[in-house]
Amino acid sequence: MKTRALAAQTRAETILQLRRGENLVVTLAIPLGILVFFAKIDSVTTAGFAHPVDFLVPGVLSLAVMAAAMVSLGIATGFERRYGVLKRLGSTPLSRGGLLIAKTATVLGLEVLQILLVVVVGVAIGWHVPAGIVPAVGLLLLGTIAFAGIGMLMAGTLRAEANLAAANGLFLVLLFLGGMAYPLDKLPTALQDFAKALPAAALSETVRSVLSAQAFPTGELAVLLAWAIGAPVLAARYFRWEE
Amino acid sequence: MPAAASDPAISVAGLVKHYGPTRAVDGLSFEVAPGEVFGLLGPNGAGKTTTVETLEGYRDPDLGTVRVLGLDPVRDAPALRPRIGVMLQEGGLYPGLKPLELLRLFAAYYDDAESPERLLDIVGLHDATNTAVRRLSGGQKQRLSLAAALIGRPEVVFLDEPTAGMDPHARATTWQLVRDLRDRGVTVLLTTHAMDEAEQLCDRVAIVTGGKLAALGSPAELTRHAVSDEIWFAAAPGLDVLAIARALGLGADGVVEDRVSEDRPGEYVIRAPGTPGRIADLACFLRDENVTLAALQAGRRSLEEVFLQITAEEAR
Repeated sequence: MKTRALAAQTRAETILQLRRGENLVVTLAIPLGILVFFAKIDSVTTAGFAHPVDFLVPGVLSLAVMAAAMVSLGIATGFERRYGVLKRLGSTPLSRGGLLIAKTATVLGLEVLQILLVVVVGVAIGWHVPAGIVPAVGLLLLGTIAFAGIGMLMAGTLRAEANLAAANGLFLVLLFLGGMAYPLDKLPTALQDFAKALPAAALSETVRSVLSAQAFPTGELAVLLAWAIGAPVLAARYFRWEE
Repeated sequence: MPAAASDPAISVAGLVKHYGPTRAVDGLSFEVAPGEVFGLLGPNGAGKTTTVETLEGYRDPDLGTVRVLGLDPVRDAPALRPRIGVMLQEGGLYPGLKPLELLRLFAAYYDDAESPERLLDIVGLHDATNTAVRRLSGGQKQRLSLAAALIGRPEVVFLDEPTAGMDPHARATTWQLVRDLRDRGVTVLLTTHAMDEAEQLCDRVAIVTGGKLAALGSPAELTRHAVSDEIWFAAAPGLDVLAIARALGLGADGVVEDRVSEDRPGEYVIRAPGTPGRIADLACFLRDENVTLAALQAGRRSLEEVFLQITAEEAR
């Protein structure tokens, strides 16, 4: 595979991503807004966290990754499928593998920007960068795989409009049930059990534990791993390149 | 194995393709020589697009064999894709990119691509460089799609209804591009509904109905034996059709009416074989009336008439 083709594809996908205003709202404005808003109203302080940002930064990092890998990637891919772009690329020398590599690089590039901004804003409002950054990045990568799998599964099976609605709807549900802006134990008990089986809570809980040196939640890691394996496998199995 | 010079650029042998219970393509066979411009004609649903997309590697044949440059479009795709150019019937362009950005992206896929700027100029989109694809007109999108098909200097080009939605000027540009491709020895397979396009561009055409081959040959061959018993000519509107009939000696059997009619303003049909004598009589009549002849067709049917006759027979 040619490096030049991959570089050009990644560049084009990045340009398209930055040109979609609604995409920047979901991937940058909403996570940063939640970080600042919930830090200021101070409603989330729970036992074990000296300051709301200590709780919020890991949650917002997880939210940002979910927005980039599931919402942004999924919606863009769904419309590329609708407009026959995926089909057209199928008869160029850029292979499907090449397209997936370029899309992965585009998502990772966006995530680097997101993480930088969340950390900078977090520090500005009182977060102290803790140890455990390296394992946290590893977990965020695992989350990226899980959410990209979900996004691509929807993008490759639903009509573009249905995919748009589903990705945004799921984003909202997972934000509410993800232990990102407020702790899971604020939810009713029955809902907590359901939420813990979802990838959002599994990601935010594990990231939070390594960033605050708490006991590592092995059960949550198992849930995250299951999504990171299951969702891409299903996407690969059911993805249709033409709508 | 490398293809010999005499091998066909495209071969389709006994191609069958089903969609559910529908036989979209039903035992189709034809070959396209290197450097030939070949047209697939047929009514909607005849199986043209399915055939083209099988050659492009999008679908596997249910039965039969297809080869492009001696390669299997699905199995040998990595070797074949750099050598073909594809224009889909619709879509295929990133709506958010500008034309030049899109061509630069596609150029990066190929080792020896055309200059995107030059190609944009050739297809007449140089004044649309700052417009996103989603805001281009249908004809402009078609031209960009055509440019994207040509950017990799392909040896074989597939054009699925290349001029659909184009204005006459863009159509003329596209026709010239196809002629330039032929001059450079590029093989072109195109589908079209426009019979004048097929007559103007194609070395040979295949007329397909119901997924089967109904006729195959050059436009001249297909029209040669279709002898018409009508003369068609165009001139100033409002000529005296009865006077024309008399001038051509058509009143001898007593029925002058209906032998000559003005079907559309300025377009006349004479219901009699176009013998040399009648053509001379018609010319004399026009001279005497001092009327300029705009167009004349006699003795041979147009490809359109042949097409309509063949497809109507198949439909019965």
